[in-house]
Amino acid sequence: MMSLFKFKGGVKPPTHKGESTGLPIARAPLPSRLIVPLHQSIGGMPRPVVQAGDKVLKGQLIGEADGWISAAVHAPTSGTVLAVAMHAQPHPSGLDALCVVIEPDGKDEWIAREPVDYKSLKPEEVRERLQQSGVVGLGGAVFPTHGKLTASKTVPMDELVINGAECEPFITCDDLLMRERAEEVVRGIGIFRDLLQPKKVLIGIEDNKPEAAAAMRAAVDALNEPFLVVQVPTLYPAGGAKQLIRVLTGKEVPASKRSTDLGVQCFNVATAYTAWRAIAHGEPVVSRLVTVSGDVRTPRNYEVLIGTPMEELLRLAQPHPDTDGIIMGGPMMGFLVPDPQAPVVKATNCLIAHCERLFPPKAPEMPCIRCGACAQACPHELQPFELYWFARAKNFGKTQEYNIFDCIECGCCSFVCPSRIPLVQYFRFAKSEIWTREREKNAAEGAKARFEFKQLRDEREKAEKAEKLAKAAAAQAAKKAAEAAAAAAAEGGAVEATTPAPEAGAVAPRGDAVDAGKAAKMATIQAAMERAKAQREATQPKNTEALTTDQQRAVDEIEARRSVLETTPLAEAAPLSEKAE
Amino acid sequence: MMLAPAPYFLKDVSVSQVMTQVCIALVPGIAAYAWLVGPAILVQLVIASLAALGAESLMLKLRGKPQALFLSDGSAIVTAWLIALTFPPLAPWWLVALGTVFAIVVAKHLYGGLGQNPFNPAMVAFAVCIVSFPALMSQWPSVGLQMPLNEQIKVILGLAPRVDALTGATPLDALKTALKLGEANIDVGQLLANQDIFGNFAGRGWEWVAGGYLLGGLWLWQRKIITWHVPTAFIGALALISGALWLYNPAQFASPLFHMLSGGAMLGAFFIATDPVSGCTTPRGKLIFGAGAGLLAYLIRVFGGYPDGVAFAVLLMNLCAPLIDLLSQPRIFGMKEKS
Repeated sequence: MMSLFKFKGGVKPPTHKGESTGLPIARAPLPSRLIVPLHQSIGGMPRPVVQAGDKVLKGQLIGEADGWISAAVHAPTSGTVLAVAMHAQPHPSGLDALCVVIEPDGKDEWIAREPVDYKSLKPEEVRERLQQSGVVGLGGAVFPTHGKLTASKTVPMDELVINGAECEPFITCDDLLMRERAEEVVRGIGIFRDLLQPKKVLIGIEDNKPEAAAAMRAAVDALNEPFLVVQVPTLYPAGGAKQLIRVLTGKEVPASKRSTDLGVQCFNVATAYTAWRAIAHGEPVVSRLVTVSGDVRTPRNYEVLIGTPMEELLRLAQPHPDTDGIIMGGPMMGFLVPDPQAPVVKATNCLIAHCERLFPPKAPEMPCIRCGACAQACPHELQPFELYWFARAKNFGKTQEYNIFDCIECGCCSFVCPSRIPLVQYFRFAKSEIWTREREKNAAEGAKARFEFKQLRDEREKAEKAEKLAKAAAAQAAKKAAEAAAAAAAEGGAVEATTPAPEAGAVAPRGDAVDAGKAAKMATIQAAMERAKAQREATQPKNTEALTTDQQRAVDEIEARRSVLETTPLAEAAPLSEKAE
Repeated sequence: MMLAPAPYFLKDVSVSQVMTQVCIALVPGIAAYAWLVGPAILVQLVIASLAALGAESLMLKLRGKPQALFLSDGSAIVTAWLIALTFPPLAPWWLVALGTVFAIVVAKHLYGGLGQNPFNPAMVAFAVCIVSFPALMSQWPSVGLQMPLNEQIKVILGLAPRVDALTGATPLDALKTALKLGEANIDVGQLLANQDIFGNFAGRGWEWVAGGYLLGGLWLWQRKIITWHVPTAFIGALALISGALWLYNPAQFASPLFHMLSGGAMLGAFFIATDPVSGCTTPRGKLIFGAGAGLLAYLIRVFGGYPDGVAFAVLLMNLCAPLIDLLSQPRIFGMKEKS
């Protein structure tokens, strides 16, 4: 038995898992319509490749990945595209997003699936196939999986951590997946292992799921894989990627680093399962397991097509009449869905029928008494009450000093707060304010840099104007010289009809080839053109010509500052601009 | 449909639960106090509680805050009880009431109410009263005082004359005064053995009151209302400095045990210095806060002009708490190695 590590903090809310593990996974019937949002993963917004009226087959591409960190979206069943339109989303904002609405034809007819043996593919081909199949992290973060399957070039990959902890109350979809489909999960882990080449593969499962752990062990043995199935203590949020990595490997991944920088990568069990289905069966991600629990008569897990309206899914489990809302996700980190017509998406691991009996309304918020319970519960060892004071005071700089971006919003602090302060809400507020201000600051800095540049340009123009006037005076002198030369010229020759040279220096008299009259005329024209040019340049200067070294340096400095400002905050930019000398 | 944010589960805890548990934890000490020193303390607890609730209610009204919510949070009662327990048990009723009203009105609500006070309100009351009414604040009944409760109540209510013979000094004060008067001829051992105000370890009777506070404090720790840091550091620092001086000159300095069980040491270590609002919050900060309070309490009670030093020690450390917190922020998850 390997020795485990501990993370600080954590809480033990009632698990409510038993309710939904009694029945096996059921396939949810085809819903009346499917609303498939195009943006279902972190990263780019997939482009729709179908339009209203198109017939689609199950698994057919309907949204094309837009860039590397983006994943394709597919039709969950065969049918007709009714619309590509804005529709309610399962998002706390309640904002609509672009969705492909499909009316099922009832046949559930697949596209031609192309199973492959991934061992015959190059690693990049496997990654691309995963991207094209819409495989994303199904633990809830929906980060495109292929983007996590490249090992760091500098840090050796020590451990691959597979997350079957499932620490949130009520949710049992990973539990049931491991119980019923362990072999395919393990095969999926094999793909990840082959791409990342870690030294060890550790599968972490909370010790309140002995059946799942046993099934996984059996599958690992059956497939003769060297994976280690580890039961970790049940302690919320042990299923947070960073917490599970800590428990299994002892490594702590701060917000400022990627886990691969520490030689570890983490995937959810359901992600491994869908990866296997995508590669070995050619099935893109068109469905997922969803726990339906809470205030319902028959809580259980369903295999649900992506795009199924939540209300239709909830109805299958027969909600009690006092149900007054739907929580997507668990009670610790989930959210009440603003519109029950919102569809199940790849991030939907659980629907909980909400009622006041199960989730009593919160007592009124009291002032913070600095008891420190939140700090003791915080798995990232933050000081939530300090962050709360600063967030409340809108002192966002201080919230950053106190590492607000290391907050994973697990809700432990809110859970234990005797004053009922919705701490996580304050932190979300502070984070979004900081993001907004960063954007505004960058815009303002850009404007400032442009203003500085304009000032510099004005000064340079003045200098240039003076210079041009001097040149014009020189041209006048040249004209006089030309006249003198013309007078001196005795014989005339063939005159070349030369186009006037732009530079004053080119007006050098060519006395031997010009006849006196013409030469004088030409010199006058030249001088006039020079004056006109000088005038023109005074109003329409070229920026980069004839700069003094001081000016050039000033321009360089501003350019350097501008380029730095695009990527870094002001505080770091100042010393850099000095270095630009 | 309401759209409250997660988490939808909350642990069954509240401010009033916390405060109630603090009050429960005070019960063993109060019981020992009432039994061994005199039941008049119970009267003082009632007087202080009424004054606290009255002042709290008034301030809530003036500040436009909900009455029921804040009156039931229990924080005013905790303040009141700490005041009653630190004031002389036969102090006139108006002194206890005045101290309590000052604590609630000035030390608590003028700074913004619950959770906002930089100083421990009970200790502010103690400091204000001992500076303003030094004589009344120094009249402690001798243990084993033969006086019926109704007579004691009369004294408290001012219906009976305050007989000087009924009142004396605390054991700490008695020891200090005797040492000062006796100069080099007297040694602590003799003093403690001869005078009948001293018991087995410290002041007669009072040592068991301190034991009661210790018991209640340990229960608070077990209930996770307080952490071990402050009491351990407080008692540790007190034991360390008193032990050092005791070893250096046992004739002039009392033992660590005497100091730990005398005056407000146990009450201070478990109930006053642990006040989260006015104290430190980081683990290291709590250690510094507790140790500082313990050290200052010793210095003030032994070398200072007041019978005990806990109140001033805690107030002085309250002053430092924000700075200590600022400088003792713990390293967070993933940032423990020095970068």
